[in-house]
Amino acid sequence: MLLGRVIGTVVPCVVCEGLTGVPFLVVQPLDRNGKPKGEPVVAADSTRMAGPGELITYEGGREAALALDPWFVPVDHTIVTIVDQVSREGWPQP
Amino acid sequence: MILGRVKGEVVATIKHPVYANRRMLMLDRIGPDGQELGGYLVAIDSVDAGVGQIVLVIDEGNSARQVIDDPTAPVRSVIIGIVDEITVDPAAAGT
Repeated sequence: MLLGRVIGTVVPCVVCEGLTGVPFLVVQPLDRNGKPKGEPVVAADSTRMAGPGELITYEGGREAALALDPWFVPVDHTIVTIVDQVSREGWPQP
Repeated sequence: MILGRVKGEVVATIKHPVYANRRMLMLDRIGPDGQELGGYLVAIDSVDAGVGQIVLVIDEGNSARQVIDDPTAPVRSVIIGIVDEITVDPAAAGT
């Protein structure tokens, strides 16, 4: 898992079978100090509760699809938790 | 498997059911000589590791699902050991 910040939403008009109703969010990956790192990705949201501004963890690769129901779907990043707190020295406090 | 040093804990209330009642730790990747490689991971802890410890981490789905004991768990990173000592043979490493 890696940490990311939700920075937007994506509303598709046509999706593959099995992805109907799955929320898609734009996620900016963060480095170990909480700073943005790399290009934003679009992630499915298995919590169905995340929104812009929130700190989340996401899973990548094949495991991303396993977080969804049905799980045999073409997804490569999925939000699995909404983070309340990171207790790490140097992590920016809200 | 990779090596990491535990740097802190990640706490979440709203999460996928598989992550319920599981501790998530944030760790920095390190090399065999202990130097930081720049990357990090958030991993599920299966061995009660603590901040500052060097740990053995899986970042691969099938093994992680075995540890979690759920063949469809959306989990990839799991801490599976706490490291006491790492020895690198300089001759074998070519340094």
